[in-house]
Amino acid sequence: MPLSRWWPQVTALPGSPAAVALEVDAEGWLAAARDVAGAGGQLLALWTNSRVAAGAPATARAALLVDGRLLVLALHIPAPAGRYPGLEEIFPAAARMQRGAADLTGVQSDGPDGRPWLRHAAWPADAHPLGGGLPVVAKPSVAVDNYPFVRVEGEGVHEIPVGPVHAGIIEPGHFRFSIVGEKVLRLEQRLGYVHKGIERRFTELPILEGHRLAARVCGDSAVAFSWAYCQAVEGMSGTVPPARASYLRALCLELERLQNHLGDLGALGNDAGFAFGLAQFGRLKEQLLRSMQGAIGQRYLLDAIVPGGTAFDLRPPDATALGVTVERIGKDVLELRRIYDEHAGVRDRFVGAGQVTPELARRLGLTGLAGRASGQAIDLRSDAPWSPYDELRPVKCVLQEGDVAARVAIRFDELQESCRLVGSILSGLPRGGVRVAVAPPATQALAIGLIEGWRGPVLVALESTASGGIQRCHPHDPSWQNWPVLEHAVIGNIVPDFPLINKSFNLSYSGHDL
Amino acid sequence: MIRTLRRIASIGIVSEPPPATDDTLRVREALQQQVLSLLGRALCIRQVDAGSCNGCELEIHALNNPVYNIEGLGIRFVASPRHADMLLVTGPVSAHMATALRRTYDATPDPKLVVAVGDCGCSGGIFGESYASLGPVSRVIPVDVAVPGCPPSPERLLQGILTAVSARRPGSAG
Repeated sequence: MPLSRWWPQVTALPGSPAAVALEVDAEGWLAAARDVAGAGGQLLALWTNSRVAAGAPATARAALLVDGRLLVLALHIPAPAGRYPGLEEIFPAAARMQRGAADLTGVQSDGPDGRPWLRHAAWPADAHPLGGGLPVVAKPSVAVDNYPFVRVEGEGVHEIPVGPVHAGIIEPGHFRFSIVGEKVLRLEQRLGYVHKGIERRFTELPILEGHRLAARVCGDSAVAFSWAYCQAVEGMSGTVPPARASYLRALCLELERLQNHLGDLGALGNDAGFAFGLAQFGRLKEQLLRSMQGAIGQRYLLDAIVPGGTAFDLRPPDATALGVTVERIGKDVLELRRIYDEHAGVRDRFVGAGQVTPELARRLGLTGLAGRASGQAIDLRSDAPWSPYDELRPVKCVLQEGDVAARVAIRFDELQESCRLVGSILSGLPRGGVRVAVAPPATQALAIGLIEGWRGPVLVALESTASGGIQRCHPHDPSWQNWPVLEHAVIGNIVPDFPLINKSFNLSYSGHDL
Repeated sequence: MIRTLRRIASIGIVSEPPPATDDTLRVREALQQQVLSLLGRALCIRQVDAGSCNGCELEIHALNNPVYNIEGLGIRFVASPRHADMLLVTGPVSAHMATALRRTYDATPDPKLVVAVGDCGCSGGIFGESYASLGPVSRVIPVDVAVPGCPPSPERLLQGILTAVSARRPGSAG
């Protein structure tokens, strides 16, 4: 059926200009998801709400991105505890989201994989952190549980378990490799180690203070998450931040992209045995951070974006100095790109490693930066632009090869584009204030924040209480969609290439584990 | 190749001198002066992310850049706790990481030092204590030096690390 049949039924949602809501029954839930998939859309997030009282319905929601619009499906599941239809056959990325949602709220899908995902041993299977009835403080002596990994059997097959504590300065997670000789037959990930109760913590905060926690969902994407959160709060309370604040937020978002791309490009060179790259990019990144410290007062922008605007303003001389630094970094990176491109050893490691073809990327729902390196031409900044990106008109960078080399090249391309955007933001910075007062919403409402972070689309689904509190907040990192694709990307590669392939995706653990 | 060499030559050395130690960061003193002089500054660090948002890790990475040049001071990040003299731990300690953190601590040979990093590592930070978060690192393993900040700057981190491996400065309080 055509997707167009759903549009007349949608209602507006506050927050992101792209977001609309659609109430569905179980049949409509599957049918709408199928129509979105048929039209080339993606699943951006799936989350559930537990019953607020015995007898009240539970709710499952799915946020689907299609044709530049975000369709948020809501399915009410009547009491007693029925299961809702899983979307994993339409969108494979739904499988883990459904398992994670079941761990936290007790609302279960009818999907085939009933293993826990975010829950290890910190709480029992019949208790649900977002459904009430859990002890307030965890015991320091949490046991280690026995997770049923899928075993690969056959002659010469053996397993390599890696993690949760990794050999570098990396977040914790567990990787179970089944290998023959040096080749990876299968990788199974186990995440959830840094689950620290973020979604429940949100419900303890006043709605006008939640942006601080949002910024700390995933420290490398602090701007994307805090902006998405503020977009939702402002949408609910009908506040429009001043034009200058919008531009300053976009400046922060592009600086965050630059920071991460500079860090990754250095680390990727290093993982290919080219320590020169780590030193050179490390130096450029430090220059950027110091320039940001001078202009904005923060090296990392965890406290830059607040409801109603920004926590800082930019003085003209600081803006000039920051602009000069970014422009110079852009030029230096051009030279480093030539060096990377001409280095036979680096090319040998990058080209063909960890390939995800455009067809596989489309089927699995690979998103964001990694998706654009595999032909998935979606960037919310150009496809569903919010203020001020509707005026800035960023150029979308897309490649088809889908290997480590392509993910490196996308970073080089986007880095240049971000330098250009920083320049045009700084030269076109509107005058005026940077913050307006925001009144906490006085009714229960749902709003969606949606921002293209450096890694991909970052979504915040925020529900208010009638008294200035947070009923429910689900922050969603694109790593949810991309982690399962990494399992496919390494098949047939050699184990020593895993760190390089993993780094080329650079997915978040904290943003996923919540 | 010539381009690479030219770039190395044209940039030269950008490393800066390390900061002075700061006795206010000390939490406890477990090491004897004798051991400290044995360790000197040839220090091996195992970093453990016990639940952080990854913000602190970004600044810990910066210690390896040529400006802070931690290896130039004889300090190295190592891949195994068995090779380490010091654990550099970020928090809050998630319930799911508590056992891994304790095992990492047990696998580190004595004498060992622990530096807790960040507001969350020092106090639990914004995440506090909950069904899933145990809060500060000191709830799970003994901590020698605590470096607050969200995230702490590389300079502050370096100060904390150097404080842990140096004797208390004469006359300082505490």
